[in-house]
Amino acid sequence: MDRNSNSYTLIFSSILVIIVALVLAFVSQATKSRFESNQSNEKMQSILASIGIDVERDQAAKLFDNYIKQSLTLNADGSINKSVNAFDVDLHKEIKKEASKQLYPLYIAEKDGKKFYVVPLYGAGLWDAIWGYIALDSDKNTVEGTVFDHKGETPGLGAQITEKWFQAQFHGKTILSDSIAGFNETNFISVKTVKGGAKVDDNHGVDAISGGTKTSDGVNAMIAERLAHYLIYFQNI
Amino acid sequence: MEEKESMFSKKNIKLLKDPLNDNNPITVQVLGICSALAVTVQIKPALVMAIGVTLVVAFSNLIISLLRNFIPNRIRIIVQLVIVAALVILVDLTLKAYSYDISKQLSVFVGLIITNCIVMGRIEAFALANKPWPSFVDGIGNGAGYGFILIVVSVIRELLGSGKLLGFEILGHKAKTIAESTGLYTIGYENNGFILLAPMALIILGVFIWVQRSINTKLIEK
Repeated sequence: MDRNSNSYTLIFSSILVIIVALVLAFVSQATKSRFESNQSNEKMQSILASIGIDVERDQAAKLFDNYIKQSLTLNADGSINKSVNAFDVDLHKEIKKEASKQLYPLYIAEKDGKKFYVVPLYGAGLWDAIWGYIALDSDKNTVEGTVFDHKGETPGLGAQITEKWFQAQFHGKTILSDSIAGFNETNFISVKTVKGGAKVDDNHGVDAISGGTKTSDGVNAMIAERLAHYLIYFQNI
Repeated sequence: MEEKESMFSKKNIKLLKDPLNDNNPITVQVLGICSALAVTVQIKPALVMAIGVTLVVAFSNLIISLLRNFIPNRIRIIVQLVIVAALVILVDLTLKAYSYDISKQLSVFVGLIITNCIVMGRIEAFALANKPWPSFVDGIGNGAGYGFILIVVSVIRELLGSGKLLGFEILGHKAKTIAESTGLYTIGYENNGFILLAPMALIILGVFIWVQRSINTKLIEK
């Protein structure tokens, strides 16, 4: 057969593509369950890290139930949605819906007899998605810890949000301007990264990342936007 | 009748050895620099990347060489890309399932093996015109030459940048204060943070090329 004819080229490329597609589909299916369990273990690991428990990824599933006492899915009005498991809520999909129709997962953890509220975060950095978890004390005001991760922030600059020094700064900061005035929009000021460095007495600010301003801004926006939806629930309990 | 060539004939051994020094893909041909700078902060990801690239080069060479008499010339490059891309996806899926942390560290660079000039370069320059076995050996040789440089650079960077090798603290433990530290850090030694950034990888590569050329003088262009 003439190797330069159109029909030969068409047949050759069709067969090639079919074989390649079959091989890839097969391997993708074969590795899918392992990949998904890796992802879910990593999620548990991050949630535990936000309340200060560092575990290996493969240990996370075992310890998760020891510390996370309740997983709640909240509606926008602060009521509890019993039909959806909080762990299965995919924020990447939720965040595209209108705020009033979204589901808001919340994890209630207990460590050394103390209660913590872990709020999952999801937002946009400079290049792509950023996400993480913020753990609040039992007063739902003081930050216990944070965990951040990202898909494609600049290595060495914005990507530093995954580093301990950045995340640890949030510990002890507060999200309300007045701890007694309650969880309403005027009293809620969230925690922010401050370009040029936060002042020592700033209860709501931490140092932003030099050279990672857009990513730092993304972290601010993400924390403020996500936490705002939980105020109504926090007010009512 | 054509005389049958042995599997490890002088010619084939040369294919394996040449890319390690005289014809190294990174330091002599200056291909695949991008990933060489990006994944050499620590040894472990560099090692995995080296293995990944070696497998992709070797098997894409092998497959293309097997198909070389059937590939329509007009869509040659597309066919090569399909084969290389499929192999890279296989490496990526395997890493995601069996070595999740390293796959996160390597992030986009696994996907970018597709664009690594070494892969397409070897297919075009060698596999299309040679038999399957020599092509496979050529792929292994070039992958090893690439990996060798990656490992040399990453050993230097991890040791000077973090004071570790493969994650083990070689130079002692660095704590917050000198009193709590051990090893070299007790006399005030500091890790060089600059080594961890990409520009230093480029400088280390440059120094490596300089050293290589002063030993192997036939590489110097007249």
